[in-house]
Amino acid sequence: MMVTVLFYIMAAITLGSALYVAGSKNLVRSVFMFFVTLFALAGLYVLSLADFVAITQVVVYVGGILVLILFAFMLSGRETLSGLQQQNNRLISVNKLPALLLASLFFIVLVNVFLKANADDANWIKQAVEQHNVITPQTVTINNLGVNLMTNYLLPFEVISILLLMALVGAAHLSRKEEAV
Amino acid sequence: MITLTHYLLVSAGLFSIGLYIILSKQNAIQILIGIELMLNAAILNLVAFGKFDQLNNSGQSFALFAIVLAAASTAVALAIVLNVYRRYKTIDPGKINQLKD
Repeated sequence: MMVTVLFYIMAAITLGSALYVAGSKNLVRSVFMFFVTLFALAGLYVLSLADFVAITQVVVYVGGILVLILFAFMLSGRETLSGLQQQNNRLISVNKLPALLLASLFFIVLVNVFLKANADDANWIKQAVEQHNVITPQTVTINNLGVNLMTNYLLPFEVISILLLMALVGAAHLSRKEEAV
Repeated sequence: MITLTHYLLVSAGLFSIGLYIILSKQNAIQILIGIELMLNAAILNLVAFGKFDQLNNSGQSFALFAIVLAAASTAVALAIVLNVYRRYKTIDPGKINQLKD
């Protein structure tokens, strides 16, 4: 019961703040509302019993990505910010109508697919429930996750680490001053 | 009782909001935020389905991989955005219309 109420609160915060990000005219404020969205999403991960993923979400997204975005925001000049703010003063301007239409149609299609797919009655999920292969609030997932990362998923793990190294070298190269070449 | 469909619906909403942000904003950083929202919708699905795999933890492991990938892509994208700003003095993707300098 408690979990259900918490789920609805978290989902409402997530979707509400995401809507604010989409609708806000103040760019800095929308970035900070994105922060709220990410925190509420971490709460949703906890509710679906993935505590380690939730902590990673907070550390990587809120600690890393959001700071990066704020940095880029401040480095890319204040005059663009104020110029953009004055451009769209109306609530829904005409040039946003196609985007709104496409996004809402996509939402309708997705909801239809999800309601018809009936994911809770899928075969493999029923099998998992029968074999007690379901994570319960009592299970400690972190041990198993660590063992799996080093055994079953070792290849993706290494590939991701190389890709991360490449991305960081690339980012450092891109943001270098051009005179230094 | 929270079922999988609840999670799927929340992620559908997040995905559509991200799509709207990408299509309607005229600022590269806000478009990046929209992409992050869509990635987070996907990660939410992975985590929600990962609840039904205690032995292999496939959902949670790949959610972790997806988070790391998002971090890497954001770092590169922001470096590109800063470079574009230095060269064109704007970060509106609609106004950047030449590849060579």
